[in-house]
Amino acid sequence: MTTAKRSTTKAPTATKTVVVAKKASVGRSKPSVAASKAASVTTKATATKKVAAAAKSSVAKVAPAKKLPAKKVAAANESVQLLDFYREMLFIRRFEERAARAYTQALIGGYCHLNLGEEAAVVGLMSALRPSDYLFTNYREHGYAIARNIDPNAIMAELYGRVDGVSKGWGGSMHMFDMEHRLLGGYGIVGGQLPLATGAALAIDYRGGDDVVMCTMGEGTSNIGAFHESLNIAQLWKLPVVFVVINNFLGMGTKVELSSAEPEIYRRGSAYRMPSARVDGADPVEVAKAARLAVETARAGQPYLLEVTCHRLRGHSVVDPAKYRTPAEVEELKLHDPVNNLADRLLQLGLADADTLDALDEAMLARVEEIAAFAEASAHPDVHTLFDYTYATPVPNDSRRLPGQSLFDENGVAR
Amino acid sequence: MTLMSYRQALHDTLRSEMLRDENVLLMGEEIGVFEGSYKITAGLLAEFGEKRVRDTPIAEEGFTGAAIGAAMLGLRPVVELMTINFSLIAIDQIVNHAAKIYGMFGGQAKVPMVIRTPGGGGQQLGATHSQNIELYYAFVPGLKVVAPSTPADAKALMLAAIRDDDPVLFLENLALYNTKGEVPDHDEPAIIGKAKVTREGSHLTLIGYSRMAYVAKKIADQLADSDHLDIEVVDLCSLRPLDRETIINSVKKTSCAVVVEDDWLTYGIGAEVAATISDGAFDYLDAPVRRVAMAEVPMPYAKSLETAALPSEDDIIKAIYQTLDAIGHRRSKTGPHD
Repeated sequence: MTTAKRSTTKAPTATKTVVVAKKASVGRSKPSVAASKAASVTTKATATKKVAAAAKSSVAKVAPAKKLPAKKVAAANESVQLLDFYREMLFIRRFEERAARAYTQALIGGYCHLNLGEEAAVVGLMSALRPSDYLFTNYREHGYAIARNIDPNAIMAELYGRVDGVSKGWGGSMHMFDMEHRLLGGYGIVGGQLPLATGAALAIDYRGGDDVVMCTMGEGTSNIGAFHESLNIAQLWKLPVVFVVINNFLGMGTKVELSSAEPEIYRRGSAYRMPSARVDGADPVEVAKAARLAVETARAGQPYLLEVTCHRLRGHSVVDPAKYRTPAEVEELKLHDPVNNLADRLLQLGLADADTLDALDEAMLARVEEIAAFAEASAHPDVHTLFDYTYATPVPNDSRRLPGQSLFDENGVAR
Repeated sequence: MTLMSYRQALHDTLRSEMLRDENVLLMGEEIGVFEGSYKITAGLLAEFGEKRVRDTPIAEEGFTGAAIGAAMLGLRPVVELMTINFSLIAIDQIVNHAAKIYGMFGGQAKVPMVIRTPGGGGQQLGATHSQNIELYYAFVPGLKVVAPSTPADAKALMLAAIRDDDPVLFLENLALYNTKGEVPDHDEPAIIGKAKVTREGSHLTLIGYSRMAYVAKKIADQLADSDHLDIEVVDLCSLRPLDRETIINSVKKTSCAVVVEDDWLTYGIGAEVAATISDGAFDYLDAPVRRVAMAEVPMPYAKSLETAALPSEDDIIKAIYQTLDAIGHRRSKTGPHD
């Protein structure tokens, strides 16, 4: 459906209005203006020389010269940031589409949930984290893994279930993990990641560290007990954690109004006296701004609830044809495509020209082909490793029996 | 060696481990100010402070999961679930997360934590507070489940559990807290995954864990005195991994076995033990493996009904004699249960 050929028509500027950023009582920290940090989040894997050069030349018009006044420098930084966001969002878009293709070719198994439509939210949120901050997320996490600068080859190899996968082929689409990049897991059980994230924040606090934990989820998750238990504990213990609800208004197919008695999810923070805000997830800059406030509030010891509204461009997972959507809804979705919208914005602002964007896209498409080829060439895990990860501390009588084997071998030794 | 209660052994071990390793912290409902429903943590809040002895909200899923997350970052939380019945509220975190995180992410994160929780019926607590559902956890690869029956084992297994890098469900028992025994003064962790022969014998193998291992030993000692029976007692100590070889080696010696358990019989721990024996010692068996377990009802409150539902010492002795009768064992003296 959304093979998202970039539209060059005039920007149908969608719902950019919602940015409430309702600051509740306790937000005592000031948002550090870490715009330069945000700008540094690049998808290093993506840029070919040609594209980098092309992108640079279009930036050059607004690049900060030494003697420019502060306002202009800020504007220039924002331009760089916009281009970086776009590059990253487009890469996630092409990566996910490539994954969907591999799924339909049965090269990827299990479930496969894509970040299509959430690209702006993903890059905006991740731009607010320091490399040492932690992320817990759910099963729709490929884009987050990319934005945390994990090697896309390893992400795709995980989808293919191969040894070079980020979880060595043990996790698949829903269970990506990388301690070095502090992605502490995609989790397949709705709400399962919230208590874990709360506990990670407890460990940081226990040791007097100043890292923050971000924990993302869908809006449906705000109805599960673990959500409420975790917000309550985080607030009681003043833990450095940001709970982020990606509200795409749909569970699998159930509308938020039919599942949440309070469909404006950020309002649920008030039950725990937790500051909260809602932001339009179609705009990466607004998301980044809101996320920085949330993260710095948490860093100062006040947990935070941030709601990011998004539109899921496809079904719940690759196999879901989304028949619950009316033709009008499908048509309207196109207006909410954050990648297309940002492309239009770049063109309007004169930050890039159509040729540059086309070249970028071509480079991305070529890059994801390379990534898919890497994944396909990676080895399947050896069956001899089947029992390698049951226990971290080896334990006597740990069973090594394969399904067809008897419980005891010919010497009477238990398997 | 010091004579002390099972409760005291647990308390002292938690305390000494907290002194040894500052990554060890306690979390649970009413464990601090209230000093624990069963007073295992008495005095520890005063000694270690709120940072390391954390009273949690009544939110088993939330705080058990938080302990898992803290363990992923290297703390060694010891969680108290007030009784094993309440673990059902935390079962998603225990089974879907604690047990899975090491394997599911290809060995990248360890979960070094302990979940302490007592089981046990017989206290007139009714249907929802008298269950023995350790089986639910023993079923799951990735978890370790231990069930000490003596104060000495409580200490040794607690030392092992806290120092282990995997999640350990540590099964206690309401009826054992006040039992006493000699406890070594030095710290020697047990080896998780090993069963123990607590009494050697040649006539029959009697197998149990937790409270039933204690009862089994008592009955075996008693029948040795009264009836000159020579019963071997196996205390499983660890429900996962299960030490099948110790079970088999004993049955190869005695040729018959009775399994005693406080849980329901159908699909219970005893079923696994019986299947193990049939698989590993079939040629040695002179009688079917007999199981003594709870009646298959939700536990009633009324004392008469509760007593009828729980396996009694008489039930066990009867099963022992019926098994011995089946193989034509000659009793040196007529027992009271024929």
